[in-house]
Amino acid sequence: MPPLLEARQVRKVFHSGGGLFGSRSETVAVDGFSMTINDDEPAFITIAGESGSGKTTIARMLLGVTDATGGQVLYRGQDLVTMNGDQRRAFRQEVQAIFQDPFEVYNPFYKIDHILTTPIEKFGLAASKDEARDKIIEALETVGLHHEDTLGRYPHQLSGGQRQRITIARALLLKPRLIIADEPVSMVDASLRATILESLHKLYRDFNISFLYITHDLTTAYQVSQNIVILYHGSVVEAGHVDQVIKDPKHPYTQELIHSIPVPEPGSQWIEEAVEEKDESEASAITANGCPYAPRCARAMARCQEAKPPLYQTDSGRAAACYLYDSDPVLEGEDLTTVLAAAASEKA
Amino acid sequence: MRDTLLQIKGLEVQFETRRGVARAVNKVDLDLFAGERFGLVGESGSGKSTMILALLRMIKPPGRIVGGSALMQGDDLTQLDNEQVRQTRLARIAMVPQGAMNSLNPVMRIKDQLILTMREHGEQGDNAQLEARVLELMEMVGLKPHAAGLYPHELSGGMKQRVCIAQAISLQPQLILADEPTSALDVVVQRQIMQTLRDLQQRLDATVLLVGHDMGLMAQFAERIGIMYGGQLVEVGPVEQIFHEPKHPYTRLLISSIPSFATKGSFKGIPGVALSLLDPPSGCLFHPRCPQATQRCSITSPTLQEVAPGQDATCLLYEEEEHAPTA
Repeated sequence: MPPLLEARQVRKVFHSGGGLFGSRSETVAVDGFSMTINDDEPAFITIAGESGSGKTTIARMLLGVTDATGGQVLYRGQDLVTMNGDQRRAFRQEVQAIFQDPFEVYNPFYKIDHILTTPIEKFGLAASKDEARDKIIEALETVGLHHEDTLGRYPHQLSGGQRQRITIARALLLKPRLIIADEPVSMVDASLRATILESLHKLYRDFNISFLYITHDLTTAYQVSQNIVILYHGSVVEAGHVDQVIKDPKHPYTQELIHSIPVPEPGSQWIEEAVEEKDESEASAITANGCPYAPRCARAMARCQEAKPPLYQTDSGRAAACYLYDSDPVLEGEDLTTVLAAAASEKA
Repeated sequence: MRDTLLQIKGLEVQFETRRGVARAVNKVDLDLFAGERFGLVGESGSGKSTMILALLRMIKPPGRIVGGSALMQGDDLTQLDNEQVRQTRLARIAMVPQGAMNSLNPVMRIKDQLILTMREHGEQGDNAQLEARVLELMEMVGLKPHAAGLYPHELSGGMKQRVCIAQAISLQPQLILADEPTSALDVVVQRQIMQTLRDLQQRLDATVLLVGHDMGLMAQFAERIGIMYGGQLVEVGPVEQIFHEPKHPYTRLLISSIPSFATKGSFKGIPGVALSLLDPPSGCLFHPRCPQATQRCSITSPTLQEVAPGQDATCLLYEEEEHAPTA
């Protein structure tokens, strides 16, 4: 049986410039990303990276909102680009999206009910109005909202946290198999983040819904996910079981990233410890063929400039794209699936 | 004991809206010491940003300062006239903004905007002196001299934030207000910027008031922390005490809700909904969400009390102790 969603060597190149100043330039936003999400066992995978790492572009390509420049995204074996109407409809139901800004997704002139009844009507999920209402109430309760506090109100009468939970309830109504959540808590206050992440985790745990959690925040990623994929400039630099990657990062970039996070514990050396500062203007000069992190990497070698390192399988459930691990086996086709499956089974 | 640089007493800022009066800053008392790094924490709507705008006298209608004082070296900041405000900004109190991206003039070279702002705020020297000063500032914030000749769009986010810091320290203020200065930056750059800010704060012996909600950043940067809820200061104290022995129930919930690499899979949010400033509850503002609330909390408003050495909290739990006969 083909997997629920599969990315095969997906690539995205943006063209820019060619105007009054400077020459036309190409930006490789995503460089050969592969990943498989199976239908039979739910996965909670984080795709983490800083701004410009390509994480949102990956999410958009997997959702079929942005076309890939190269490679394929397959939904149940069918390329997203060539899906027919029925397939597209099924895809739109089974794969749901939750976006960052809980303020932008609402039409301010419609009551909250509208965003919840529309998918029920479009997908014919309920036979009667009463059934629709029951389904809505059930979905709201699953994400910890009372229908008395939410239905019949306008978006501006609700807080950001409530709005974001309503978008989750809306996704839930469609009984999806996969939810792609792009920074779902970054615009929500810290005290509510935990509540929203818990709602997501509950859907994974109790309803067997798979998640792709797109974020820059490794701390929340550690809290909710099983596997993590770290991106840098459009390439996967490290992937594997979240405990291994966070607690014992292998790739120099992952190490730098984790050490840069200010821990909520006074008295560490975060502010004291000298960090190696690279001139940012020089750091942007990435060689076309080499490792994208080499210009910033303290451990860069000559070969890092010459050819991009493949993913080496450093542990059964983890891989890192760095020549420091070239004694480990190369992961064929840079396919993360085997590694992530191994990482997932380690959890159990 | 350190010298007090700024003494805020009963500061009140209100916004008059069609739906009523919102008390964005509600009778806040707070002393800032000379040369300290103070972190002011709160959720959105807690009044932390309004506080620093009030100190800079940048509250715009329908908002206004309706009461209290903020004494800095003998001057009440809330009473300054327009000319005095202009002389105070940058020279005595400077601000590092949140969005460095939007705070620089896109059509002026960095050098020119730094010189212009210095002149606007009372710097006398001739052009050659100010240009030399700009190069000195570039060096202080860790930028190459050539960056002074560039336009903002030629700089990365981190470099722009460094320019904003250079501008903030250009007239050597005693107080630097920083409103989430790194929230738009990546963590690696954030650390570099915060280290730069810390070094400069020490070099100038300035006080930094850092506003934000990233508790990790606060734990690493600040020496003392103040927690705001609904426009009130609910707790203030040394950073170790706030993190290890928080006294106010809100602070306790806030500290235990911080996700970290130490614990996994436990999701502790703060129950209930953030309060509406237009329709605040009676008594203690936090009582509807407080797990330790008693009948009294819905009637009596607590006041800021010392609860441990150097640590104050606004909570009736501690006012009761004070009246206990055994005390």
